Amino acid sequence: MSVYYSKEHEWIRVDGDVAAVGITDFAQAQLGDVVFVEVPEAGRRLSRGGEAAVVESVKAASDVYAPLSGEVVEGNQALVDDPALANSDPEGAGWFFRMRLSDTHEVNDLMDADQYKAFCDSQ
Amino acid sequence: MSDTERLLPLDGWHRRLGARMVSFAGYSMPIQYEGIIAEHRWTRESAGLFDVSHMGQLLIAGADAGTALEALLPADLAILKEGRPKYSMLLTEEGGIVDDLMITRRGDHFYMVVNGATKEGDIAHLEARLPRTVVVDHMKEQALLALQGPKAAEALARLVPEVAELSFMTAGAYTLAGIRAWISRSGYTGEDGFEISVPAASVESLATLLLDQPEVRPIGLGARDSLRLEAGLPLYGHDMDTGTTPVEADLHFALARRRREQGGFPGWNRIAAELRDGPVRKRVGLMVDGRQPVREGAIVVDADGNEVGKVTSGGFSPTLEAPIAMAYVPTASAEPGTAISIAQRGRVFAARVVPMPFVPHRYHRKGAAA
Repeated sequence: MSVYYSKEHEWIRVDGDVAAVGITDFAQAQLGDVVFVEVPEAGRRLSRGGEAAVVESVKAASDVYAPLSGEVVEGNQALVDDPALANSDPEGAGWFFRMRLSDTHEVNDLMDADQYKAFCDSQ
Repeated sequence: MSDTERLLPLDGWHRRLGARMVSFAGYSMPIQYEGIIAEHRWTRESAGLFDVSHMGQLLIAGADAGTALEALLPADLAILKEGRPKYSMLLTEEGGIVDDLMITRRGDHFYMVVNGATKEGDIAHLEARLPRTVVVDHMKEQALLALQGPKAAEALARLVPEVAELSFMTAGAYTLAGIRAWISRSGYTGEDGFEISVPAASVESLATLLLDQPEVRPIGLGARDSLRLEAGLPLYGHDMDTGTTPVEADLHFALARRRREQGGFPGWNRIAAELRDGPVRKRVGLMVDGRQPVREGAIVVDADGNEVGKVTSGGFSPTLEAPIAMAYVPTASAEPGTAISIAQRGRVFAARVVPMPFVPHRYHRKGAAA
């Protein structure tokens, strides 16, 4: 199992051809208090870079983009019911959705933890 | 930080407290410290300290300053008593709102507080229209703090016991910790509280002293916005501007009775007609179904999907734990209970008109129980 990061501040935990996706701690800190989350339905086809989910803080609405292509396996209903999980446990219980990847090679375009840290420091 | 961004007198103080700074009204300002919802709740339950030094503080003095100002705004300054802040607004000839403000008679002059983003324009507007005998002094070396919340009076009275004599919308000069301050019992949160004007050179020691009180925490612009939205208080440049009149904005209380009858201020023809016949549209409060907020710029649509109005402020109410908004809607749809549809990002949201404030005001009114 490997964890990757996107420039849109998502983390992607890949296990075989299934990936869990959420927003990073950096992203949740930037957003502030999350009050609403919309996650994709199981079965929905996602293409890399397309809109996948919505996250809204007190102040602003943001899209969560699909970091990879594939089909949604499951959206996190617990997060929909308690959007504050995105703040309190962004890289754990606050995951957004799980997807089955259509092309596992796409992960090569993502960052690893060290690269992502450097990316955040440069923001 | 851009080159043109100005720094508040408390800039370093905010940063030391861990504030996240953003650009607002030409200043670098704290949007939050520990988090908007926590700060919002703290203000509703205890006392929040806001730095609003970006706002414009003006002194207007000279022979017949009151008469000259009455030609520019709809307040009744002839009967305005010493130390009684009044909500008013500068108006265009078409009745549009140039800015909203507070004006207080203070001895031989008037003290006016205007919005930060509009203060330069307001000064130019005033200077272009007031007679030469009336002088506008921009108090650039004056800072402004707001202490808001149910425990604000208790905290402030520990430093200056005399403020207990103030009731909502009264003000006076006081000394606290050796600092000369003009203190008004007023604010922008719907809570009891105070606005405290002090020299910029003294504001850091005052802010530190206030923050030393156990009831007090620092509050950023984020919670200031969600608090004022819950209180139903409009924000200039969003819920009103030169394209909206005080009648459309449902701010009738800014139109003094004598002035409504006699006129003599800009835009009176249109405003009098709207008072008589009703405006074509009106600012209302909306409760939105579900949990997703509608934001400023979302469109009010009719049953056929035609645009009939717009959302001017919207967000998530921490107190009600639900999305709330202000919008302009056709007057026929402005009655509480009316169903309203909002289009935002290709989706339609169901909402209904509700009376404002969304969260009851808790001002300390004269004669009311403490």
